[in-house]
Amino acid sequence: MRRNFLKFLTIILAVGLAGCPPKNEAGGGGGGGNAANTGGDILIGEYGSLTGSQATFGQSTHNAIMMAMDEINASGGINGRKIKVLTEDDQSKQEEAANAVTKLISQNGVLAILGEVASSCSLAAAPICQSNKVPMITPSSTNPEITKKGDYIFRTCFTDDYQGENIARFAATQLNVKRAAILTDVKNDYSTGLTTTITRVFTSLGGQIVANASYSNGDSDFRSQLTAVRAKNPEAIFVPGYYGDVAQIAIQSRDLGMKQPLLGGDGWESPKLIEIGDGSLNGSMYTNHYFYADPNPIVRTFVQKYKDRYGAIPDGMAALGYDAARVLADALKRAKKLDGPSLRDAIAQTRNFQGVTGTITIGPDRNAVGKKIIVEEVKNGQLALRAVIQPTNTTATATAAQ
Amino acid sequence: MQLILQILLNGIALGAIYALIALGYTMVYGILKLINFAHGDVFMIGAFVGFYAGGWAAAHLHEQGMMQWAAAGGIMLLSMVACALLGFTIERVAYRPLRKAPRIASLITAIGVSFFLEYGGQFVFGPDPKFFPTIIEKHLIQIDGTATTNYQLIVLALAVVFMAILQYIVYRTKFGRAMRAVSFNFETASLMGIPVDRVISLTFIIGSALAAVAGILYGLLYSRIDPLMGILPGLKAFIAAVLGGIGNVPGAVLGGLVIGLVESFVAASRFSNYRDAIAFLILIAILMFRPSGLFGKYEAEKV
Repeated sequence: MRRNFLKFLTIILAVGLAGCPPKNEAGGGGGGGNAANTGGDILIGEYGSLTGSQATFGQSTHNAIMMAMDEINASGGINGRKIKVLTEDDQSKQEEAANAVTKLISQNGVLAILGEVASSCSLAAAPICQSNKVPMITPSSTNPEITKKGDYIFRTCFTDDYQGENIARFAATQLNVKRAAILTDVKNDYSTGLTTTITRVFTSLGGQIVANASYSNGDSDFRSQLTAVRAKNPEAIFVPGYYGDVAQIAIQSRDLGMKQPLLGGDGWESPKLIEIGDGSLNGSMYTNHYFYADPNPIVRTFVQKYKDRYGAIPDGMAALGYDAARVLADALKRAKKLDGPSLRDAIAQTRNFQGVTGTITIGPDRNAVGKKIIVEEVKNGQLALRAVIQPTNTTATATAAQ
Repeated sequence: MQLILQILLNGIALGAIYALIALGYTMVYGILKLINFAHGDVFMIGAFVGFYAGGWAAAHLHEQGMMQWAAAGGIMLLSMVACALLGFTIERVAYRPLRKAPRIASLITAIGVSFFLEYGGQFVFGPDPKFFPTIIEKHLIQIDGTATTNYQLIVLALAVVFMAILQYIVYRTKFGRAMRAVSFNFETASLMGIPVDRVISLTFIIGSALAAVAGILYGLLYSRIDPLMGILPGLKAFIAAVLGGIGNVPGAVLGGLVIGLVESFVAASRFSNYRDAIAFLILIAILMFRPSGLFGKYEAEKV
């Protein structure tokens, strides 16, 4: 079995090398061989949704990673060697994510992988990185299952257990919502994971979920589900989905005369959210990793540099991408040798790294522990800071103990 | 009651769009006995022409009042013309050379044209979803707890108008009579001096223009469009045409409404995940129990 697999891999590799030379690769490590041993640039792979229904996730992350790596290279690189990022587009599809990562590892021989934002894509790619012993850092996938795929898989953001708990708690205690509805994207691991946590915590705090409805990412018509939700007359609607669907759900709920605020998580974070949803989102809230107008000097320098380079305000995905790239570079500097196992150990030893999205410490379960949560509200078509939830000891340890 | 009324309203609006697409399927099938699988993608192209024209209009014309409506009408007309040309070209290039070939060859060509438009669309327009611009101000209309928008009413009104026009063309004009004659018997019609090629071309032109209308109305109602948006509505409209009895014009309208309504009711129930599956269940049921559809007549295959 194992030998067959190797044979298969060799054939794939041979065909890949002969048939289509990797287009992103200019000099540096040769395809197939491990770049780390060649003494040229250090090859890092990135896979992300540069196109497709979650396109802004991948684009923001990619921009920030490139900015971080250019800064690191400008200040001397990794002990004199430069980092080179090879990027693959997975078109927001999980099967493409698996293909992209396979290509980056087997064809380009990257030393580590950065990505994805969407949990479903990270879940598809993680086992491939794990079985090849290539460390993977997901900047912003929050589904708890991802880092359970193995000891080479890390994350530098909070998890949905933590995020979902805080959305539910915020709704129940700060907004005094007693009756809520929930609208889940059933094809999306992020959304189903959050739904479970939100439902559990919200009901344990005395709230009631009066309507459960579902949709599939890419649907256009949400009116029927919303009509069913409207009949139950909830005070708020949890929509733990991605920005494109959320914006449309907001529009169509207002078309049905519904006025309830929508509540969601970091999947809402995109400049497209308000662009598409327009006025329909006013009064709606979501949890996020960072707030662009945070007076913290680290955040201010990051926002300024990003604006100068790309002419846009960085969103949360950009901030997380930037942090993940810098955590990786930091680990590369500390790694005893430039190979998978040493790099994995170095990433696991990350402690109190000062990032844009807060202090990053990798816990025993390879998740970032003790990060703060921001609650943002859409007001007059703009994002406003509603609350900052500092990590309590209980939640921090709860996340760490998983 | 309120709930049912609201779902009925949503379902009819969705069904009207399916019906407009289904008309194109049914007309082409009626004449050529060809299932034009590219029809759903013509619908997509219609939506995209509307998107780009609308984006241009929103950026360059700052019209108020009546002129807004004129601009919207112009966009719809442009999209209809573009799709009519596309439908004409598809028939001329892809189907006409195969007129005498076995039917399966045309069917596979239709699937090929469909893929060409879908992936060509991804290449030209980009695979990211796009969102329809606002040309006409949207208003919320609420009557006794049932809510609708002027958009939904526009969709319904336009669907009815275009169906009425089609009904008039098919049953009250000379061309309509020629069309029915060709659909009745291809060879005999040509022996009677009916210009069969021209009738077929015109059928494609009319069907594609209706698909363009459906595309624009879809964009108006659901705002999100992408190059693969034609696949599912196309399949559902095809099922609607089969349900009504393929080849039958009023049948296609009824079929579209039934599919739209059933889908809306399923989506509002606990089984909302099965909203897309239900249309295919209907297809299986028709094929098992009434293969000729609701209005179709049973024809024994001549061997």
